[in-house]
Amino acid sequence: MAAGAQPITRWLAGAAATLVLAVTLGTLAAVAWRAENFAAVGPAAQDALWFTLWQAVVSASLSVILAVPVARALARRRFFGRGAVITLMGAPFILPTIVAVLGLVAVFGRSGVVNVALRALGLPEVSPYGAQGVILAHVFFNLPLAVRLVLQGWLAIPAERFRLAASLGMGAGAIQRGIEWPMLRGVLPGAWLLIFALCLTSFAVALALGGGPRATTVELAIYQAFRFDYALGAASVLGLVQFALAGAAAALAWGLARPTVFAGGLGGVVRRWDGGGWLRWQDGLVVVLAALFLLAPLVAVALRGVPGLAEMPWAVWHAAGRSVAVALGSAALCLALALPMALAARRGLWVQLVGVLPIAASPLVIGTGLFILSYRWVRPDEIALVVTALVNAVLALPFALAALVPAAREMRAGSGRLADSLGMTGLARLRLVTLPTLRRPIGFALGLAAALSMGDLGVIALFADGDTATLPLQLYRLMAAYRIDQAAGAALLLLVLSLGLFWGFDRGGRANAGA
Amino acid sequence: MKAPLIAAGFALVASTAAAETLTVYAPDYFASEWGPGPAIKQAFEAECGCELEFVTGDVLPRILLEGDRSEADVAIGLSQDEMARAAESGLFAPHGQDVSALTMPVTWEDKTFLPFDWSHLAFIYDSTRMETPPASFEAMLDMADDTRIVIQDPRASAAGLALVMWVQALYGEEAGAAWERLSPKILTVTKGWSEAYGMFTEGEADMVLSFTTSPAYHIVAEGDETKQAAIFEEGNYLYVELAAKLAGTEQPELAQSFMDFILSDGFQTAIPEGNWSFPAKLEEAKWPEAFRNLPVPDKVLYVDAATAEAMKADAIETWRQGLSQ
Repeated sequence: MAAGAQPITRWLAGAAATLVLAVTLGTLAAVAWRAENFAAVGPAAQDALWFTLWQAVVSASLSVILAVPVARALARRRFFGRGAVITLMGAPFILPTIVAVLGLVAVFGRSGVVNVALRALGLPEVSPYGAQGVILAHVFFNLPLAVRLVLQGWLAIPAERFRLAASLGMGAGAIQRGIEWPMLRGVLPGAWLLIFALCLTSFAVALALGGGPRATTVELAIYQAFRFDYALGAASVLGLVQFALAGAAAALAWGLARPTVFAGGLGGVVRRWDGGGWLRWQDGLVVVLAALFLLAPLVAVALRGVPGLAEMPWAVWHAAGRSVAVALGSAALCLALALPMALAARRGLWVQLVGVLPIAASPLVIGTGLFILSYRWVRPDEIALVVTALVNAVLALPFALAALVPAAREMRAGSGRLADSLGMTGLARLRLVTLPTLRRPIGFALGLAAALSMGDLGVIALFADGDTATLPLQLYRLMAAYRIDQAAGAALLLLVLSLGLFWGFDRGGRANAGA
Repeated sequence: MKAPLIAAGFALVASTAAAETLTVYAPDYFASEWGPGPAIKQAFEAECGCELEFVTGDVLPRILLEGDRSEADVAIGLSQDEMARAAESGLFAPHGQDVSALTMPVTWEDKTFLPFDWSHLAFIYDSTRMETPPASFEAMLDMADDTRIVIQDPRASAAGLALVMWVQALYGEEAGAAWERLSPKILTVTKGWSEAYGMFTEGEADMVLSFTTSPAYHIVAEGDETKQAAIFEEGNYLYVELAAKLAGTEQPELAQSFMDFILSDGFQTAIPEGNWSFPAKLEEAKWPEAFRNLPVPDKVLYVDAATAEAMKADAIETWRQGLSQ
């Protein structure tokens, strides 16, 4: 292997990792520091822990298993609008919870299209509530992420390998065993871990569709500790439990993962010769079903929101502007953290560990911790938007790393050697080698960070005052004032802006990249 | 000719600099442009020659977090279920108001927490979809199991907490059994009021936990009289919203003048169609017509703060176990 990362990169990576540790574990420490006593975790919390665990295992497994055929179909087919389908199918993941819940209820709810059709056919109805509702929502949210991660794995396989396989006359089965399965073994555990950890800390989804105490998550127990009991001790204990769970999952996934490094390819368009005949129909069906499942709720939100759009008050547009500014700042910051970490990671172990922390962190603990640390020095509302951008940049970091680390590894194994041999360093290397090569994952990371931050509600709620409200907050205010139509309009606006930001960055990243 | 203008400019700057700012912590729904906040701010500023600033969010948790360093002069929007916890903190000072003539169904005695509005907890239904609503809590527990009710989580929502107190107060030892009977009809439990009410208006649920005053919004703003509150024989739980002055305020006089303002007409008239609830001190003749005509229960269930605090943990645990069966 070539010489290690440049000193400046390593220094930046160290600084980024320190910031992540401060925002995640540091805020937990701040909450614990202010706690007066550490109450034992009661039976309610134990039940919550159990539910949290099993629904996260089921949700993550379903998301990942379903993602494989979808990603495979997208990887080996070229069709008109493929790029748009990939972007749109990614939408649920970046949706603010409230919008997603509205969409799911509109499709799978009592008066939703699915049940209307089932009733017409005399079939039993489905319900989006209860434990199955939580799992439905989690698969809806996370299937797109799983598809994207697995698809990245497929696209990272050099085109030359498929050409070689074709020239050797390998069929679909042989390609699966020889090329695709090793890639999946490398990619799936990481994807599963990410989604498992995401479902662990899920809060609003479980609360809206879960149907009550049977579907209580640890994150809700943390909320209760803050909101009603003002028990900072209990909140910090539960926060630690959440870290421990995700840590165990990380260790498990690390043990399962077999990182594969393919010999360098030329980055051309991956042309495939396998998968003719009935496989074509199978792939088509898979893509159509996935698109229907993921897009119908979005269409429902859009249709519901159109009438309210015209009568939306100015405050909503102002809030939308603030949200876009926060999202752009958050995206830039996220990349500034993720890029040096991905470049400095040799085998990626410590980056993966630091990268897992934000997923396991409770946004409530982070928000409260930052509040405790800051309110003596500054007025919370003065830093509300900056804090929201910072926290969301850190929260989006795991996804940015998941996309960047494998690509950076490929780059080192490929063009990195040439750059080393030419003695290329610093900005020249960044401009000529790093950025063009990593263009696709960078675009993905920026888009994801911007969109996730767009829909955030958790942190802003503690810091904002009347003048710094973001769009999700305004959406809640409209609902609380019984203005359901206008709220639906605001939900549509939120959907369009989140998706637009993601699409813009992701497309920018894919331009000229041959996919 | 420029000198007087410059002088006027200085005077203006000087007067704004001298104007004091009163900081009021309030819930989002209260201070938003669709709540009563803007009207109250305007009316109070005209009176005090000061500036009123709302800081929104979770009021009590934030004040407890900030302790005696809080910048709040006044807190508004606490519920009576939070009162004991708030009193225990020692962060609040007496309101100094005459509360003998409040327009509330109960006599108010607390000297620290001042009610500014109230309503009863009630299940709202759509009269075009439900022809015979239950006339009692008991009848609601006996409804067909395919009736769908949406409630809020008592661990995350003030209304949800008030509901478990209501059940605990009505059923006592039998509260667990009551929850078990209600359980099959509960479509889902949401985090907050907004999600629950949205599900109801979108036609997902037959009934939603809300307030007796909710139909007023539909009548006034939408001309829709189909949304109605189920009135129960055993009595509906009284839900009171409170304000209090911070003991550590740096402007006790200004804070006090705001406390004096709360029970005046300037504040109270903003309540019905701003916060969609009954004003705490305003003669009925001054209420909007829709509010005067709202059906209300003959019997009101009121749990005082000390009892509420003693019942709270038990009531939540009973709810949790009753719905986990």
